[in-house]
Amino acid sequence: MTTLTDPPKESFRLSMLLYDTRYRSTTIQVVALLGFMLGAAWLINNVIVNLAAAGKTFNYGFLKEASGYDINQKLIAYNSQSSHMRAAVVGLMNTLLVAVMGCIAATILGVIIGVLRLSKNWVISRLAAVYVETLRNVPVLLWIVLIMAATSHQLPAPKDFRGDNPAATMKVFDSIAVTNRGVYLPEPLFSKGLGDLPVFPDKESKACQAFYNPDGTPATAKLAKFCGTFQISIDLMAILAVLIAGLITSKLIKTRADQIQKDTGVRPVTWYWRLAVVFLPTLAVLYILGFYLGYPELKGFNFKGGIHMRSSLLALWVALSLYTAAFIAEIVRAGIMAISKGQSEAAAALGLRQNRIMSLIVLPQALRVIVPPLISQYLNLTKNSSLAIAVGYMDITGTLGGITLNQTGRELETVLLLMLIYLIISLTVSSVMNYYNERTKLKER
Amino acid sequence: MTMNSTQSYVRTEMLPEKAPPVTNVGIIGWVRQNLFATWLDAILTLMAIYIAYSVLSFLLPWIFGGFWNANSLNECRAKIIEVYGESQNRACWGVIHERFWQLMYGFYPEHLYWRPNLALILLFAGLAPILFGSLPKKLILVSVAVPFIAPWLLWGGSVWVPVTAFLGFVVGYLVHKFVSVAISPLLGLILGVLSAIIWWLFLMGPVGEALQNIIPLGIESVESRKFGGFMLSILLGITGITLSFPLGIILALGRQSNLIIVKSLCVGFIEFIRGVPLITLLFVASVLLQYFLPKGTEFDIILRVMIMVTIFAAAYMAEVIRGGLAALPKGQYEAADALGLDYWQAQRLIIMPQALKISIPGIVSTFIGLFKDTTLVSIIAMADPIQWVKFIQSDSDWNGIIWELYGFVAFVFFIFCFSMSRYSMYLERKLQTGH
Repeated sequence: MTTLTDPPKESFRLSMLLYDTRYRSTTIQVVALLGFMLGAAWLINNVIVNLAAAGKTFNYGFLKEASGYDINQKLIAYNSQSSHMRAAVVGLMNTLLVAVMGCIAATILGVIIGVLRLSKNWVISRLAAVYVETLRNVPVLLWIVLIMAATSHQLPAPKDFRGDNPAATMKVFDSIAVTNRGVYLPEPLFSKGLGDLPVFPDKESKACQAFYNPDGTPATAKLAKFCGTFQISIDLMAILAVLIAGLITSKLIKTRADQIQKDTGVRPVTWYWRLAVVFLPTLAVLYILGFYLGYPELKGFNFKGGIHMRSSLLALWVALSLYTAAFIAEIVRAGIMAISKGQSEAAAALGLRQNRIMSLIVLPQALRVIVPPLISQYLNLTKNSSLAIAVGYMDITGTLGGITLNQTGRELETVLLLMLIYLIISLTVSSVMNYYNERTKLKER
Repeated sequence: MTMNSTQSYVRTEMLPEKAPPVTNVGIIGWVRQNLFATWLDAILTLMAIYIAYSVLSFLLPWIFGGFWNANSLNECRAKIIEVYGESQNRACWGVIHERFWQLMYGFYPEHLYWRPNLALILLFAGLAPILFGSLPKKLILVSVAVPFIAPWLLWGGSVWVPVTAFLGFVVGYLVHKFVSVAISPLLGLILGVLSAIIWWLFLMGPVGEALQNIIPLGIESVESRKFGGFMLSILLGITGITLSFPLGIILALGRQSNLIIVKSLCVGFIEFIRGVPLITLLFVASVLLQYFLPKGTEFDIILRVMIMVTIFAAAYMAEVIRGGLAALPKGQYEAADALGLDYWQAQRLIIMPQALKISIPGIVSTFIGLFKDTTLVSIIAMADPIQWVKFIQSDSDWNGIIWELYGFVAFVFFIFCFSMSRYSMYLERKLQTGH
C-alpha cells in the first residue's frame, strides 16, 4: 500500500527572494518602489533646500494678487487690476478657443485632402500628396512664425484703407477688413437685447452695484463688466433655446412621418414643415431682439467695431490647422484603405448606390479606424497651441507661463500649474477617446 | 429538302484578338482613365492643373531667378529692379550666401568647424553597421566609441572626460559580471547599474582631474552658448533619437509588465509626459531644473534640454513600441516560454525584433517629430535656425527679409524629414517577411 504524502514543505530562505520566481517579482517591485521613493525624496529635498536658500516659499497665494498687465485678447472681462488667476483663466479660454477653431478647420481640410489623395484622378491625388508631404515635413513652429510674418508684412496697414483712392479695400460687401493687424469681421448685435446674466455675482461688490444700477458714469459702466465670474449673454441663450426647440420639433415630425410610412406605406411630404419649424421661430426671435450686424469702421488710426481677429490668433489658427490637416489626411486615407474592397463590392452587389455605400458601409467601419488617431491629433493640436508664445498670442502659456512667471518670479508654482492644466485637458480628452473605443470596438468571441 | 449540315449558325472557330481601341491604351488611354474619366473629373483636373501652374509659374522664377550676390536687401532689390523691372518678384538668396555658416553652426568658432563635421562623419560611420546589415562587424566598435568621442569633439576640453565617462560603463559591466556569476543575475543588474551611477556622480570628476594633472591632454573647449543653427538642431535631434530609443523600449516593457508597481510607475510617467506640451518641459529645463538639483550644481543648458527632449521622445516611443508588442500574437510569447528562455532572452531574441519591425513606421515618425520639435528651443532663447532667422532679420542689412530665410530653413528641414521617412519605407520593405 502506498500513501500519498504532501511534498515536503519548503521553509523560506532569504536567497529565495532572488532565485524563486514567486518571490523574485516582489523583490523587483520593492527595489523599484524604493528607488522611486529615494529619487523623489532626493528631488523634493533639493527643492526645499534650494527654495530656502533663495528665500522663497512654495505657495499659490500670488494667484490672488493683481496681475498688473493687460491681455489684448480676452473672452471675459479682464484688466490689469484683475488677479493672476483671472489672467490664467483668460489665457486658458484663449487656448481652448484656438484649439477648438483649429480642430474644426483641420478636420474639414484633412478629410478633403485625405479623400482627394485617394482620388483616381492622377493630378489631384499628386497635388494632395505634395500638400501632405510639404506640410508635415516642416516644423509647425516654422509655419506659425512664417504665417505671422507673412500677415504682418504682406497685408495692407489700416491707413491704406483711408482716402478717396485707397490702396486697399474691404472685402465681401465692405464688411470684412483684412489688415496687417488682423481681420475685422462684422459682429452680431441686438438693438433690443436682453442684456447679460452674471454668473456667481457677489452683490456686495462695487462691480455688481454698478451692474445692477447701470445709470452711472462711464467708469462705473466699465466696472459693471466685472460683476460675477463671467457673464452669459441672455440673447444668445434665447436664440439657442429656440433653435434647439425647433430641432426637436423637426425630429418629432420626422418620427411621425416614419410612423405614417410604416402604417400606410405612403410617406407624407414634410421637408418644408421641418425647415419652417427650425428657421421661422429662430428668425422671429432674431427680429424681436433687433438683430443687426455691426460692421468694422476705420476710425482714427485703426478699425473700430466688429470682431477683431488678431493676426497672432489668425497665424496660429491657420498654421495649426494646415499642419494638423496633413496628418488627419493621412489618417483618413489609411482608414478608408483599411476597409477591404470586398465590403463595397458586396454593397454594390446588393444594389446600393455609390453614396449610400460610402455612408452606410465604408464610413461606419472606417470611422472605427479613424477616430482614435484623429483624437490624438486633436490633442497634439491643443498642445501645439502652446507655441502661441512665439507669436505673442496670449494663451495660457503666454499669461501664466509667460508674463505671470516673469513678474512674480514663481517658476516652480507657475510651471507646475501650467503642466497640471494641460494634463487635465489631455486626460479628459483621452478618457473620452477610451470610452469611444470601448463602444465601437469590434465584438469578437 | 436538303439539310446543309456543314453550315452552322454558331461560329465554330475563334476570331483573332483585336487590338484594343486607341482610346484605351497608351498615353491617350491613360489620360482618359486618370484625368478625364468623367465630366467632374475633367473639370477638377483642369482646375488642379491651373492651380499648380499658377503657383509654379510664380515660384520657379522667384527661386531660380533669385540673386546670390548681394550684401544687403536694398542692394538686392535695386539689382532686381535693374534687371527685371519693377513688376517682377525675385528671391534675394544673397542672405543665405552671406549667412550660410551662421545658419549652420551659429557662433561656433570658424576654425573649429572641422570638429562638428568630423563628429557627424563618425556618427554616420557608427550608424552604418546598425542601419545597413551588410557591413563588416568591426565597425560596431566605432558605434560604441561615437557617444564618447562626439561630445568631446563638440565641446572640446580634456580628453580624460570621455575616457572616464566610458570607464563608468566598464565599472558597471565588471560589477554586473562578477556579481551575476557569484550571487545572482538580478542582484548583478541592480548593483552594476548602481556602481556605474556612483562612478559617474562621485568618482569620475576627481579621477578625470587627477589624470589631467598627470598627463594634460586636451583640445580647445567651446562654450555651449556658441552652439547654434542646424548644428544645434541635429545635435539635439540625434541625442534625443539615440537615447530615447532604449529608454522607450524599457518603458514599454515596464508598461506591459505584470509587476503592478513597476507598471504603474511607467504608466504614470508616460501619461504625464504625453499629457503636457514639450514647451512646458523646456520651461522646466530652462527655469526649473536648478531647483531639483543639489544646490550649486551648474548644469549646461544644452544638456538640460537634451535630457528633457529625450524623456519627452521616450514616452512617445514607449507607446509606439507598446503598440508593436500588443500586435504580436500570444503564441510568440508562449513559444519563447516553451523553449525555456528567460525573460530577457525571450525579449531579445523573439519578442523585440518582431515588435520593433511592426512599429518601424511609428518609430520613424516619432524620430521625425522629435527632430522637428527641436525648433522649440528657440522659445527658450537658444540659437536654433528659427532664432537665427530672427537674428538676421534684426540686422539692418537684411531688415524685412522673410521668405528667403524661412524658405531655406523649411527646405533643409524638409530634406531631413523626407529622407528619414523614405528610409523607413526602405527598411519596411527590406524587413518584409510576409507574403
